[in-house]
Amino acid sequence: MQDFWSNYAAPAIIIALQSVLMLVILLVAIAYVLLADRKIWAAVQMRRGPNVVGAFGLLQSFADLAKFALKEPVIPAGADRVVFLLAPFITTVLALAAWSVMPVAPGWVIADINVGILFVLAISSLGVYGVIMGGWASNSKYPFLGALRSSAQMISYEVSIGLVLITVLLCVGSLNLQDIVASQETGLATMLGIPWLSILNWYWLPLLPMFVIFFISALAETNRPPFDLPEAESELVAGFMVEYGSTPYMMFMLGEYVSIALMCALTTILFLGGWLPPIAVVPFTWVPGVIWFVLKCFGVFFMFAMVKAIVPRYRYDQLMRLGWKVFLPASLAAVVVVAVVLKLTGWRG
Amino acid sequence: MATLQGTAKSIFLSEFVSAFFLGMRYFFKPKATINYPFEKNPISPRFRGEHALRRYPNGEERCIACKLCEAICPAQAITIEAGPRRNDGTRRTTRYDIDMVKCIYCGLCQEACPVDAIVEGPNFEFATETREELYYTKDKLLANGDRWEREIAANIAADAPYR
Repeated sequence: MQDFWSNYAAPAIIIALQSVLMLVILLVAIAYVLLADRKIWAAVQMRRGPNVVGAFGLLQSFADLAKFALKEPVIPAGADRVVFLLAPFITTVLALAAWSVMPVAPGWVIADINVGILFVLAISSLGVYGVIMGGWASNSKYPFLGALRSSAQMISYEVSIGLVLITVLLCVGSLNLQDIVASQETGLATMLGIPWLSILNWYWLPLLPMFVIFFISALAETNRPPFDLPEAESELVAGFMVEYGSTPYMMFMLGEYVSIALMCALTTILFLGGWLPPIAVVPFTWVPGVIWFVLKCFGVFFMFAMVKAIVPRYRYDQLMRLGWKVFLPASLAAVVVVAVVLKLTGWRG
Repeated sequence: MATLQGTAKSIFLSEFVSAFFLGMRYFFKPKATINYPFEKNPISPRFRGEHALRRYPNGEERCIACKLCEAICPAQAITIEAGPRRNDGTRRTTRYDIDMVKCIYCGLCQEACPVDAIVEGPNFEFATETREELYYTKDKLLANGDRWEREIAANIAADAPYR
């Protein structure tokens, strides 16, 4: 009994508490990410954005939450009820699950597993099921077309994301997300003899093309503009979400924004040195790592939001051309180049 | 050479970068939208908003049930029933309804009115929760007139030199 308690029950309770804490912080952060998205988009278009609920509209997301939760959920007569209601939950739960391996500061991670990056890749690939199930179960033409497009798009861009990840992993020599950040403590800046300028240590500079490809693929992966074809409102109304309303719709939106935040965090960890301070001198090294992590994530998210504001939507064939004929060969070539360079110079691994 | 330039442009995302800086320029510009419920745009004295039936300063209804507005209304939104002739030789309405859902706010009723009784006031914020509330009766129109008389009179005075 004692054994059971100390070996299973106690760790399980601790992990559950950690998960709840992470979930609460994450969901509150998502509420403000949503608001920031709308505010940034509005500012670029010289609008004000939501500014009535709470000071500067700070409570807008919570008002929206209440609105969605209080609305009547409508399930179309021809829909497959179980799958229809399951789809938004799958999207949200999977998006949230990937956060369990995200290190936000040294040691601050719920599950410090050695194949963290593979876990993230697997979970984010499963996310497409929520979209397909939602589109299929709606039993209606726009959701169906949106789901088809979305699945094709997400699969196409996952290929290039995977190859970009391989280039980073070649440099790191580990699949553990904490190791990926730790390996960015030294790099180009230490080689150049300016170790205090640690912003140059991170992988964004040596792997700049990969960084750009990863960022653009992340946009496509999360169905963000300019790749928001699954929900292109001018042609498909709202894609796979047409038949959804009320809480199920909110779950879809939540899942979407959680996976956007996940992609921002992943970009931060892979290319922007996670929790490491950009300049390794005294006032900056005093700041806790989690603050740097959040700041970097928000910086990446700001770019996500700006892209939404300034780039027109891609046509479907352009999207596929970019994915298969530009990003795939480019990242494939990069894998070879990076591998050859690392082998010849013997820098790592 | 041109294709080379185009390829270089797309590889280095030059259009995206310049769009980003353009976006940032607009980001910090003053907002074009007004903060609507708290601040409002000025409106013309000729603004055609919610209808009102006016009264004379002594409290007498202006409307003499001539039905010119009912006749001219292109949307046929006005329904009038006239009462019997009074001792002073004029008539008054017993019923004066405007269906605000039918109304197209063309202003022909106030143009037709010989006594400036029916007017379209400056109020445009009269949204309701039900359709029935937008079926304005004589009482509602007279109440509007009492409520907006100052603004309506000022608008008519301001517009008078131009007509």
